[in-house]
Amino acid sequence: MLLTGAEIIMECLLREGVDVVFGYPGGAILPTYDAMAKYPQIHHVLVRHEQGASHMADGYARATGKVGVCIATSGPGATNLVTGLATAMMDSSPIVAITGQVPTAAIGSDAFQETDVTGVTLPVTKHNYLVYDVEELPYIIREAFYIARSGRPGPVLIDVPKDVQNARIEFQYPQGEIRLPGYRPPEKADERDVAAAAELINQSQRPVILAGHGILMSGAMQELRELAERAQIPVTLTLLGKGGMPESHPLVIGMMGMHGEAAANHAIQEADLLIALGMRFDDRVTGNLKTYSPNSRKIHVDIDASELNKNVMVDVGIAGDLRTVLAQLLPHVESNQHPEWIARIRDWQEDASDRDIIQYDTGDKLFAAQVINDLWRYTGGDAIIVTDVGQHQMLEAQYYPHQRPATLITSGGLGTMGFGTPAAIGAKFGRPDEVVWAIVGDGGFQMTMCELATAAQENINVNIAIINNSFLGMVRQWQELFYDRRYQATPMFNPDFCKLAEAFGVPAMRVTHRNQVEEAVAYAQSINGPTLIEFVVEKEEMVYPMVPAGASLHEMKRRPKLSEAKQ
Amino acid sequence: MTAPTLTNKQTIVALVENKPGVLNRVVSLFRRRNFNIDSLTVGRTHQPHVSRLTIVVDMQQANVQLIAANLYKLVNVIDVRIISDDPHVSRDLALVKVRTDDVESRNQVTAICERYPARILDIGTQVAVVEIVAAEDTVEAMIDELRPIGIVEMVRTGVVAMGRGTRIQDTDYRPAVPVKSNGNGYHL
Repeated sequence: MLLTGAEIIMECLLREGVDVVFGYPGGAILPTYDAMAKYPQIHHVLVRHEQGASHMADGYARATGKVGVCIATSGPGATNLVTGLATAMMDSSPIVAITGQVPTAAIGSDAFQETDVTGVTLPVTKHNYLVYDVEELPYIIREAFYIARSGRPGPVLIDVPKDVQNARIEFQYPQGEIRLPGYRPPEKADERDVAAAAELINQSQRPVILAGHGILMSGAMQELRELAERAQIPVTLTLLGKGGMPESHPLVIGMMGMHGEAAANHAIQEADLLIALGMRFDDRVTGNLKTYSPNSRKIHVDIDASELNKNVMVDVGIAGDLRTVLAQLLPHVESNQHPEWIARIRDWQEDASDRDIIQYDTGDKLFAAQVINDLWRYTGGDAIIVTDVGQHQMLEAQYYPHQRPATLITSGGLGTMGFGTPAAIGAKFGRPDEVVWAIVGDGGFQMTMCELATAAQENINVNIAIINNSFLGMVRQWQELFYDRRYQATPMFNPDFCKLAEAFGVPAMRVTHRNQVEEAVAYAQSINGPTLIEFVVEKEEMVYPMVPAGASLHEMKRRPKLSEAKQ
Repeated sequence: MTAPTLTNKQTIVALVENKPGVLNRVVSLFRRRNFNIDSLTVGRTHQPHVSRLTIVVDMQQANVQLIAANLYKLVNVIDVRIISDDPHVSRDLALVKVRTDDVESRNQVTAICERYPARILDIGTQVAVVEIVAAEDTVEAMIDELRPIGIVEMVRTGVVAMGRGTRIQDTDYRPAVPVKSNGNGYHL
């Protein structure tokens, strides 16, 4: 079959099972866009900014576990992808980005719309390619998908010069194994390490499991639950680990870290054993490393060997696929009870409940925490929630318990404002049968709000909840706590979000009172297409608990106790 | 001669695919992770598609394991060994241009060269170019002796190293599609 490079790209995408691509055309990628006409099986979503394309591919990937694909032209098109690639890199999300490049003969000549894209994206991709020879193209695309989804997943970029897209060769899809001699994702653990880990677990009096994104990525939900239940080990989750075990489970004690549950943080600090599974001891999770969980032995399992002993030195470090390693470990783990330890954690939880804003009588005021908790209630706790970054994101983590994997999609590592709206669109394309809500702040929404036009053009059924406090709320919180309330560059003059939505042809509703939330959720979900609900919330609200940057994990700023506030 | 062990200096040898941009990937990794490179050499091997890097770093053993783990994350890196853990040989080459503008300095340079695995490549009434090929600390020692005479120019290749005996670091790697030459057959 004689095909052009552009047709080979589409042919290879088809064979990888790609059904949707998010992109934006331009000069250097035009041959590929022209070839798309022959491949109606692959739906192209025209974004309004290439950053949106990379976030949509990311949202699609996280919702489905499949590789998300975005396409952009050379130069500015490609550089606009960078934030999305960096986001996917930090959160181990499998995406393949295809960019056009100036013809090979022009490379290095500062040609129109030329950028050294493989150079620019080198530190924010798992791997990237500049294709000089059309013969290599099918091999590279197949490799790129394999690299993106295997091991610790991540973004892969393929830069394809225009002449390579136009070159015509006899196409044969590569057969057989992909040979990458240096690329060997670890699978099984050494049995001696497994035995050492089991011994620590069996001897522990105060164990805690720290469950991260790796649980979801390796599909180790059942194994995690078995381990926790058999040895009665409390489980705390990272932000990206949410959904790894149902949060209604009595052993799940919530998220850890800077805005984690107090009980989880106290448990980590007082534990005698941390069992870290598919997480990477990010600074937002550990607080001050010098005082982090000082009296515990530590077991760390991660697919990426370079995460072991990176931030926290561990007693047993295992590089392997989490599900495989847990299956190896489980037969060695004895049934156990830790009633005193669990009781201690229950005390911390009770204390936290006494400080919970949900218990407060807030009268006529609308608090972001309440909105998110009501969203949980009125969506039956079962929607796919895609957040942006900031206070609403942390409140989501606190007030929207997740029962199943891949129902929270959020930019954890990079903390990318503007992620929410496009990622929600991508997620809905991946899981059209699910209810998808984007929860975004007024700041982050405005970074990528052009994608409302994409949602409208595609009539994609995404519900967008703007938590509008007319501030860059999390930055304002830091200014309140650490900069003497000097609100430098955090108050926002906002557009009328409902009129804005109307201009895009998106139905919208404004909510200012708590009794309107239920109706608004029902309204949004009754419309088969994009909707926008603006929740006008209290302006200067805080997210508690909070571990100040650099403080020890147990040194949390807390909301006052309700029982004491009443007195 | 057994290779000398210097304080905390660790030698890593990596086999990498001989493809455009691979050296950039390695160097970018060291910069991004804030690993300091003491020396880095790169060259071809007997396999046309494989290049070999020797990287010397000055750091704790645990951190060297992290470097190795990070190097393995680069798809084009085929094999990584921390060679300083095992018996090995290593060589550094230096060219030193030293002042020889009187009889005394000429005699001194000649005498020093006799005590080291060194030779004079070029000598005149003003300067001499001395070559030494030796383990790194031997090269350092000779440079220290030449310094008082008056070094005017110097270049070193950085360390190359190889395991002793049957510790063979090799690969049967072949690219799926032959890499087209860009003229010099060397792509890094």
